[in-house]
Amino acid sequence: MSTRIDTRLADLRKQGRAAFVTFLMAGDPDPATSLAIIKALPQAGAEIIEIGMPFTDPMADGPAIQAAGLRALKGGMTLHKTLDLVRGFRKDDDATPIVLMGYYNPIYIYGVEAFLADAKTAGVDGLIIVDLPPEEDDELCLPAMKAGLNFIRLATPTTDDKRLPAVLANTSGFVYYVSITGITGAAAANATQVGDAVARIKRHTKLPVCVGFGIRTPDAARDIARAADGAVVGTALVEALAKSLDAEGRATAATVKAVADLTASLAQGVRGAAQAAE
Amino acid sequence: MNSRPNSFRSGPDERGHFGMFGGRFVAETLMPLILDLEKAYAEAKADPAFQREMNGYLKDYIGRPSPLYFAQRLTEHLGGAKIYLKREELNHTGSHKVNNVLGQIMVARRMGKKRIIAETGAGQHGVATATLCARFGLDCVVYMGAVDVARQEPNVIRMEMLGAKVVPVQSGTRTLKDAMNEALRDWVTNVHDTFYCIGTVAGPHPYPMMVRDFQSIIGHETRAQMQEAEGRLPDSLIACIGGGSNAMGLFHPFLDDPSVEIFGVEAAGHGLDKLHAASLTGGKPGVLHGNRTYLLMDADGQIQDAHSISAGLDYPGIGPEHSWLHESGRVKYISATDEEALAAFQLLSRLEGIIPALESAHAIARVIDLAPKRSKDHLMVVNLSGRGDKDVPQVGDILKSRKAK
Repeated sequence: MSTRIDTRLADLRKQGRAAFVTFLMAGDPDPATSLAIIKALPQAGAEIIEIGMPFTDPMADGPAIQAAGLRALKGGMTLHKTLDLVRGFRKDDDATPIVLMGYYNPIYIYGVEAFLADAKTAGVDGLIIVDLPPEEDDELCLPAMKAGLNFIRLATPTTDDKRLPAVLANTSGFVYYVSITGITGAAAANATQVGDAVARIKRHTKLPVCVGFGIRTPDAARDIARAADGAVVGTALVEALAKSLDAEGRATAATVKAVADLTASLAQGVRGAAQAAE
Repeated sequence: MNSRPNSFRSGPDERGHFGMFGGRFVAETLMPLILDLEKAYAEAKADPAFQREMNGYLKDYIGRPSPLYFAQRLTEHLGGAKIYLKREELNHTGSHKVNNVLGQIMVARRMGKKRIIAETGAGQHGVATATLCARFGLDCVVYMGAVDVARQEPNVIRMEMLGAKVVPVQSGTRTLKDAMNEALRDWVTNVHDTFYCIGTVAGPHPYPMMVRDFQSIIGHETRAQMQEAEGRLPDSLIACIGGGSNAMGLFHPFLDDPSVEIFGVEAAGHGLDKLHAASLTGGKPGVLHGNRTYLLMDADGQIQDAHSISAGLDYPGIGPEHSWLHESGRVKYISATDEEALAAFQLLSRLEGIIPALESAHAIARVIDLAPKRSKDHLMVVNLSGRGDKDVPQVGDILKSRKAK
């Protein structure tokens, strides 16, 4: 069974292009603005949309995404409402893949089976759960595969050749290569090292490899897009959103546009990689 | 539970599970390290030279064995069970925390790690870590919630004096859970040279097992000392629980002795119907900080703020083995409020000349109502897990402000 992720990445591969993947937090800074932003992303050039599920204790995230999660929670966001957001998006867009990214506890409390069924119906295509390594595949990974959702695994610089097969075993959709050891939004990734790492992963799998953590500018996005099947940008978009808010952290008339504009210029960067390669 | 296990001391399984609790819920970046640690610890445990070296430091640097002291005046005052205090507060650095830190630092040295990070609540684990890093010439960074930095200032000064860098954590609720988040963020960033010295029986496998093993010296000594003093096993054990390392250390060697009643005392804060830190009494199973265990959370799975007067108990979770012992019924988990702990703090100070840590005062608070209900030949052991010097300014302020009213 192929998901929208499989279809989209296969199309882009045919076109000789890398995917531009965006990350934003569900409900940041409020559910209505969040929906408007997500709806604006495909037109601005996003080809896969990752949506963060807010959590009080995001252990792998830097200050920008931590703050986004807290804004969303303060605005009353829950996992149920995150699925509402996806349903809202799917009313007008049945092609752009949606990946939910976050931590396991809210899903565990929602109930794994119920969550998977609801997520699939809402139009979710894949899951990235930071605190579920292959050692805990029984929890959610295997049930998600059975439910027809991609379970996208993170591979990191510490995932050596010995460990890679275990990490890749139950991965589907794509492999998300975390280009640095660290939290989101930290150091910048070095494109040469990323290229080597992607090549190493590709020796073990036929799956596309998208790269994230530390990509902030159109130039950096272009360099990564040359080396990988996709470039993920999160923190830079979340920061652009944060900058557009008023002093109380509420959305302004500039909020949706701020995110869409940065998305468009990053997308240009990613497209630049394909043109340069021709 | 419909079936009683053959032993309560056989866990965890090879995947780090105590029943349904425990596990390894961490980011992929950390997973290879955790597997390395598991291997390094198993090798150390099997190496007689490691045990010998550790025993040397336990005796001459930490000052073990810690005494098992008959609290005569407290016993007379309460008029029931014969109360013994396991004097962990007499250890070097003033609490049980150092037992575990010594073990972990020795494992870190075997692994060639030069930089040690730790989280701390009350600062006792931070002080113990800073102390052993000074002793072995290792870099030390301690993460501490900004709220705790303010209320446990004496320990902050001690850590800095010992050469550690104390980082006040401003994220989230700015207490122990946020310090742990920040330590995990540091670890994920500095995987190559850094060892994370966790202060309690929580976190991803093998930490809950490893910390328990290092703390079990408390229970093993108690067993031998009680044998010498009274010629038999104690009848009951009582210890306070935040993450639960002092309690696990005392309890574990007795879990398969059915005649020994065991009580863990959680922090009931302002009361169980208000803000508190009693995860077993007021929480439910969830996943945080690398393990599945009882947590305080809302209906959406968001972690809730804990509250306790004692910074060391101010944590919305508990070690996974405690969750299992709770569900299996082997240990009875009860609680004590801020007020009860304050009263016990003062009572022990005046009757025995021992100022307990506010954490340990929670255990004393339950002794106050359990001991009178037991017969005079009932032998009750309380883990006096830490000394109260660090709490003197905080308790002094509270008592002064009440006098003024």
